[in-house]
Amino acid sequence: MTETIVAIGTRKGLWIARSTDRREWTLEGPHFLMSEVASVAVDTREGRSTVLAGVKSWHWGPTVQVSTDGGRSWTESAERALSFPSDTDTALERVWQLTPDPNDADVVWAGVEPHALFRSTDRGDSYELVRGLWDHPHRPTWEPGFGGGAVHTVLPEAGHPENLLVAMSTGGVYRSGDGGKTWAPSNPGIRAGFMPDNEYPEYGQCVHKVARGQGEGELFAQNHNGVYRSHDNGASWDSIADGLPTDFGFTVLAHPRRAGVVWVVPVADSGERIPPGAQLQVQRSEDAGATWRQQAIGLPDHSYTCVLRDAASLDAADPVGVYLGTRNGDVFASADEGESFHRIATQLPDVLVVRAAQLA
Amino acid sequence: MPSAPVRVILPGMLRDLVGGVAEIEVESPSDSQTVAELLDRAFSGHRILDGKVRDERGQIRRHVKVFVNGEDATRGEGVGAPVPAGARVHIINAVSGG
Repeated sequence: MTETIVAIGTRKGLWIARSTDRREWTLEGPHFLMSEVASVAVDTREGRSTVLAGVKSWHWGPTVQVSTDGGRSWTESAERALSFPSDTDTALERVWQLTPDPNDADVVWAGVEPHALFRSTDRGDSYELVRGLWDHPHRPTWEPGFGGGAVHTVLPEAGHPENLLVAMSTGGVYRSGDGGKTWAPSNPGIRAGFMPDNEYPEYGQCVHKVARGQGEGELFAQNHNGVYRSHDNGASWDSIADGLPTDFGFTVLAHPRRAGVVWVVPVADSGERIPPGAQLQVQRSEDAGATWRQQAIGLPDHSYTCVLRDAASLDAADPVGVYLGTRNGDVFASADEGESFHRIATQLPDVLVVRAAQLA
Repeated sequence: MPSAPVRVILPGMLRDLVGGVAEIEVESPSDSQTVAELLDRAFSGHRILDGKVRDERGQIRRHVKVFVNGEDATRGEGVGAPVPAGARVHIINAVSGG
């Protein structure tokens, strides 16, 4: 029987919600109590039930934990699974993103703080620094956002292993067309309104999240002020913020099968990080951002929380499940593509990451 | 004549990672070694501890303390601090967090 799992990484541990019908849920945890879990990947490639977690102990530092039984038991390499080479004189602060590669079932990408990209060729057991991005001449000028300076988004492209996209706060979008050997900024059209003179710099934008859509070359980006679409695989970007209650937010989700279907979770403003009108909501577009409509049934009003950049996820079922985790420890699930939500966890620590998937 | 071994005492939070081991005895090659040399020897048979106590540059993690005979080595010379033969070395998780 297919099981849906929702891995919930928080400031103080990891919980796993499970369901066979997406209506009734059980909640397991905490795993890694008192350690921050900022990144999770559920690797279902080749029928696996592997869960990878970027875990950081306040005392004992960052690491990657691996479960091959759907998050029930965990192991950690005795040697450092992910660390900077000695010549960089750099120490890993936090693993922000773990992304299974769609083209090679043994490859996992990791975006980390400080700004760097790592690649695993053994399903996430060990990682190697991607020198092409590390050696980029822009790197010393990438500034940390409030949460730290990190590669927080890694998007390989199915069917095109040479194409990679990463995003950074701040730094913006960078792309590689040769599997990560060389990189170039790719931010035409993305506004950096916080810059004093040139609001359209070559790089330095505060991109919060990028999602790959199903249309040809289709990408969506939620920025620190600004929501964008690309039709050309990130070579250029157009604003799709018209019709949204606000252009601020942290996360963006793209439908796994339908082109042009995208969700954002709006936040009132950079200086007011609560839901617009204190109504927790998602905004859905079915025409690649030309029009938007609110989905909020089952989500609370009088809500003064926030959904962070990785605290939202889709599953792969039909209809698609939508999942949101909040900074006040609630997790909401929708089994009908966002039309209605119900709470599947509450009173957890701040939710940093949510990842949903169906296990065989 | 061999020097007296150094006793490295682990905090409770790390003991579970090494099968409940509470203390590691390290032979002293001479009358003194640095904290870095001591930890290299202490962790050679318990590799997972190395990444918990030190970052990949070899520096003691920010919220970890190493006391040598009751003195906080992380306040002074850090991993270069001398550890005399026969010393008692405590690895401690700092009082921090929220």
